[in-house]
Amino acid sequence: MTIKDLLESKAELTHDRRDSNGPVVLSSRIRLARNLASYPFPARANPAQRREILSTCLTTLKEVTGLKTASIFKNEKLSDLDKKILFERHLISRDLMQSVNGSGILISRDQSVVVMVNEEDHLRLQVLRNSFQFKNLWRNIDRIDTAIEEQLHYAFSPKLGYLTACPTNLGTGMRASVMMHLPALITLKQMDKVLRAVGQLGLAVRGLFGEGSDASGSIFQISNQTTLGEAETEIIKRLSSVLDTIYEYEINAREKLLESEPIKLRDKIGRAYGVLSHAGVLTSAETMNLLSLIRLGVDLGTFPAGTREMVDRLFIEAQPGHVSYLGQKELESEYRDRLRAHLIRDYFKTIPDPDFHSMEPK
Amino acid sequence: MGKVLKCDLCEQPATVHLTQIVNNKIHKVDLCEKCAQEKGVTDPNGFSLADLLMKGNPSGPSPVASSGVSCPTCGCAEKDFQSTGRLGCPDCYETFAEILYPLLRKMHKGTHHTGKVPVRALARKTLMEKIQMAEDQLQKAIADEEYEKAAKFRDQIKELKDEFSTAPSPS
Repeated sequence: MTIKDLLESKAELTHDRRDSNGPVVLSSRIRLARNLASYPFPARANPAQRREILSTCLTTLKEVTGLKTASIFKNEKLSDLDKKILFERHLISRDLMQSVNGSGILISRDQSVVVMVNEEDHLRLQVLRNSFQFKNLWRNIDRIDTAIEEQLHYAFSPKLGYLTACPTNLGTGMRASVMMHLPALITLKQMDKVLRAVGQLGLAVRGLFGEGSDASGSIFQISNQTTLGEAETEIIKRLSSVLDTIYEYEINAREKLLESEPIKLRDKIGRAYGVLSHAGVLTSAETMNLLSLIRLGVDLGTFPAGTREMVDRLFIEAQPGHVSYLGQKELESEYRDRLRAHLIRDYFKTIPDPDFHSMEPK
Repeated sequence: MGKVLKCDLCEQPATVHLTQIVNNKIHKVDLCEKCAQEKGVTDPNGFSLADLLMKGNPSGPSPVASSGVSCPTCGCAEKDFQSTGRLGCPDCYETFAEILYPLLRKMHKGTHHTGKVPVRALARKTLMEKIQMAEDQLQKAIADEEYEKAAKFRDQIKELKDEFSTAPSPS
């Protein structure tokens, strides 16, 4: 499989294959950090060791049920644009995007299972879904992890758990996270309050593209911060209950918005539709914010439910790397913004005019 | 172990070893008796390691460079961990246990893993340890010319190794 095939195939995050996407939650994921007992961590391994680790891990991974048809990419064979695209699809980390040799990525057919080899740790297993699905995700990743462990000798201490390059991942090595779309909490300026509460509960909040990224499109990634001292299922339970609460806050905030400023809300959604349908130049930041309003519109019944799938796909396909790919090369931002507008105009041809019936004051 | 640490200020053998956490950073110094007295390290009031290190070494390298602990397996030095926040290899967790535990307490919910356990990895580890132990005993028996015992250990090792090779092995 090539990057081209990857872009053209039906992926978990870009095609709602299970008809499971819904309001507020864009995706959920679980990742596990694992290391082999007999090698230094990747940053300290020499090139020969890195190659050995890579080939050992890939050999094992290819035999795991569910991964036999997965595609393998070696980092040195990928162009900068290829890596950017994988990053924008949330398949690889910023670290891996910037690293050079002796790293690799294994991606399942539907792009819902990804394994990074020689990122910060020897193995970073990740499973994802386009809805809130921690139970399924844990079952799935637990199975994959156990299958790998039958072949590879993990670095593990009975007291400290899975040993990781960074002590912040020690223990379970698990990071569970959910990408949430919280436009109403932002509009009502309640997000700071939520962030503070979440922080106090030992959870972390980041922007769409992880550490250090801004919350463009009103999208936030919320995850567990601590990995040691609690079992995986306890961490997931704790995180889930907080996420349920945030979900409810957002829904309440939307009701409040509908009640207090329906005209303004209607105007914003209508304008977003107008601009995305007709604009000639669109930056990626503007696009994200307008798409965010369209997704809110879908949730409020302004657009057909199927529109949500398109919005989620555009959240990814409107990113700079993806648009550059359409132009076959890294593009000047000016040309890219025109190409982006063109792409989005085409998509919006299929979306009917907004129906504000459901937003009328009762 | 057994290595004599030198005083960070005057190269005399160090007898006073101090660890302080300032702004979430760990600072370590080793001093000889005389320097420790002079710098007031023995005075618990208001002594700050950071101050001492800054004054004693105004333009010098990062204070932690002085502590000199490094991992025998991978060579990762304490200062490497300080500057990157990353450890070098699984064994570093033992090498730097003393520095790590206070950090882990702050960082996590607890300091004991209560989650998933890789059953097979642990079984292999126990088996490897048993083999190692039997091999040590075998060597000792041979050295002591206790050949009957040695034969017993040899058989035991063979059995354990058979068991090991039927278990899935790390490739």
